[in-house]
Amino acid sequence: MFTPWLPFEWIVAIRFLREGRLQTLFIVAGVAIGVGVIVFMSALLAGLQSNFIRRVLSAQAHIQLLPPKEMTRPLRRGADAAPREVEGAIMQPPLQRLKSIDQWQAVATQIRAMPDVVVVSPVAGGSALVVRGSANRAISLSGIEPELYYRIVDLNDKIVRGNARLTGTDILIGTELASDLGVDVGDKLRVTTGNSAANGAASTLAIAGIFDLGNKGANQRNTFVGLRTAQSLLGLPGGVTSLEVTVRDVYAAEVIAQRITAATGVEADSWIKTSAQFFAAVSAQTTANTAIRFFVGLSVAFGIASVLVVVVVQKSREIGILRAMGISQGQILRVFLLQGGLLGLGGSVAGSAIGSLALLLWQRWARNADGTPLFPLVLDPALFIAALLLATLTGLAAAFAPALRAARLDPVVAIRG
Amino acid sequence: MADAVPAAALGASGVTPVVVQLRGVRKAYNAGTPIETEVLHGIDLTLHKGEFCAVMGPSGSGKSTLLNIVGLLDRPTAGTLAVCGEETTTLDDRALTRLRGHSIGFVFQYHHLITAFSALENVMMPMLGAAGFPNEAMRQRAAALIDSVGLTPWRNNLAGNLSGGQQQRVALARALAMDPALLLADEPTGNLDSKSADEVFTLLRRFNREHGTTLLFVTHNAALAGRCDKTIQVIDGLVIG
Repeated sequence: MFTPWLPFEWIVAIRFLREGRLQTLFIVAGVAIGVGVIVFMSALLAGLQSNFIRRVLSAQAHIQLLPPKEMTRPLRRGADAAPREVEGAIMQPPLQRLKSIDQWQAVATQIRAMPDVVVVSPVAGGSALVVRGSANRAISLSGIEPELYYRIVDLNDKIVRGNARLTGTDILIGTELASDLGVDVGDKLRVTTGNSAANGAASTLAIAGIFDLGNKGANQRNTFVGLRTAQSLLGLPGGVTSLEVTVRDVYAAEVIAQRITAATGVEADSWIKTSAQFFAAVSAQTTANTAIRFFVGLSVAFGIASVLVVVVVQKSREIGILRAMGISQGQILRVFLLQGGLLGLGGSVAGSAIGSLALLLWQRWARNADGTPLFPLVLDPALFIAALLLATLTGLAAAFAPALRAARLDPVVAIRG
Repeated sequence: MADAVPAAALGASGVTPVVVQLRGVRKAYNAGTPIETEVLHGIDLTLHKGEFCAVMGPSGSGKSTLLNIVGLLDRPTAGTLAVCGEETTTLDDRALTRLRGHSIGFVFQYHHLITAFSALENVMMPMLGAAGFPNEAMRQRAAALIDSVGLTPWRNNLAGNLSGGQQQRVALARALAMDPALLLADEPTGNLDSKSADEVFTLLRRFNREHGTTLLFVTHNAALAGRCDKTIQVIDGLVIG
């Protein structure tokens, strides 16, 4: 019997679909496979990318502000000479001395006030030599303010021995450097810099913690000390060599960097620019994924349309009868549009289930050598809602031509058959 | 002929209202092209309320075309047609569909039930289409109509699972669902054995008597035609007699 709360069009559309059981089943399966592929691929790629980006960005700031580079200016002839005439034709690039960002405190305050900025952390960095007995290694020294910097790169997470506390005489070193020098937490290291202003400053620092950044080179070279310790070692009293910035939307980093440069006049590099190749790879993946989704969607649409064209032909006599008994063209149009929408909806529900199942299986079997998942997959409800909506709309759109054909059938011709 | 019209169908004044009026109706296919063929050559026909009129004539004489035009499924090329007092030549498609749904019922040679629905649901279909949503009154009216054609035990069978005679009776019940003033039957008995044909004709006659439904009944069966109030012959696109 008819469901009392369903309107005429729904009743007829559902009955027609139920009557053509095998046909309906096949096309729903076709739509489901398409939607399943889209859901699976999108979730996989989203997981992969966010994992990549998280890994890249957990070890670096989103935007880095640097002091301006030193430039060589060509010598000009006397004041009366034409402005374009230069004397020294050969120019040597200048040495880049370590120098501070001008007025960095004011700049930092200004950036902190920007709406998209989360953390601004000053860093005084340079190269140094660490000496232990007869062994010495070149290191990259970063002077940080832990409470700010740890909000950008959380060293607490990466410490394997000791802790990430940094007082005036503490130093954090990587696992590789520790094993090269044969040192452990609590041991002392002598750090010297070739800095002329500091007159070859040297300081003895105690190892507070040993970290693992997940990269051999970084574990060998990177060390962290307190900001003031670094300033005195590098001969930059009160100065910083960079301001590290994190922003809310990592993909907007480049735009924000440009805005910072415009507002403060300090050169700002975003991770998008400094990791251009990585970002290009991510974009290429996204583009490829979009293209695949588009073509899968297109084939789903054609599948639905072709089935409905057949249904219209099969049902033309019944359409004629319905028209004869006073059913309007609009009602017939809606009956067939609904069938398209319902096929899309049904297919996407089944497809979401297939996609989720595939993702669960993937998570279960695609694992690292140590048995941990390759990367965490997030089953985002928004993805499923989007898949449902898109498939339903695709179904409706695909049904449009067959539905119009059904509505425009001449009842006399249709009844005669 | 007037004495054959049931007394119940007569208005208070004693004048029988006109249900269908054709004046000079012509129908040509492929009009305006070199292969133009005129099927109806100017037909005048008046049907009063409660009249049961048989239409006879050889195949290809234009009977079905005449029926399609009276049923508002097709438009005449020339001439005028009034159904239930409404002049139809100036109406648009939407208005024609409405008038057709409310005033005209069809029974075709091939029963043309909608196979996805049960007998009862098929009878409800015109009411459902007009109202938009199903309701209990609809169901009851459909059940009563199914009962009047004697198919209550089969009413929940899918239309495809009924015999030819049963299907034609369901089609008849469906044609009457909207209580139309005019019922058009295009050889409704043409495909049935003589017993079923007789049953269907008897039902038509009964509805005609009980509800004052005007009937236009196309048939090749002279015996059945003889049992109608009047018979018109369509020969070569002209009404004779």
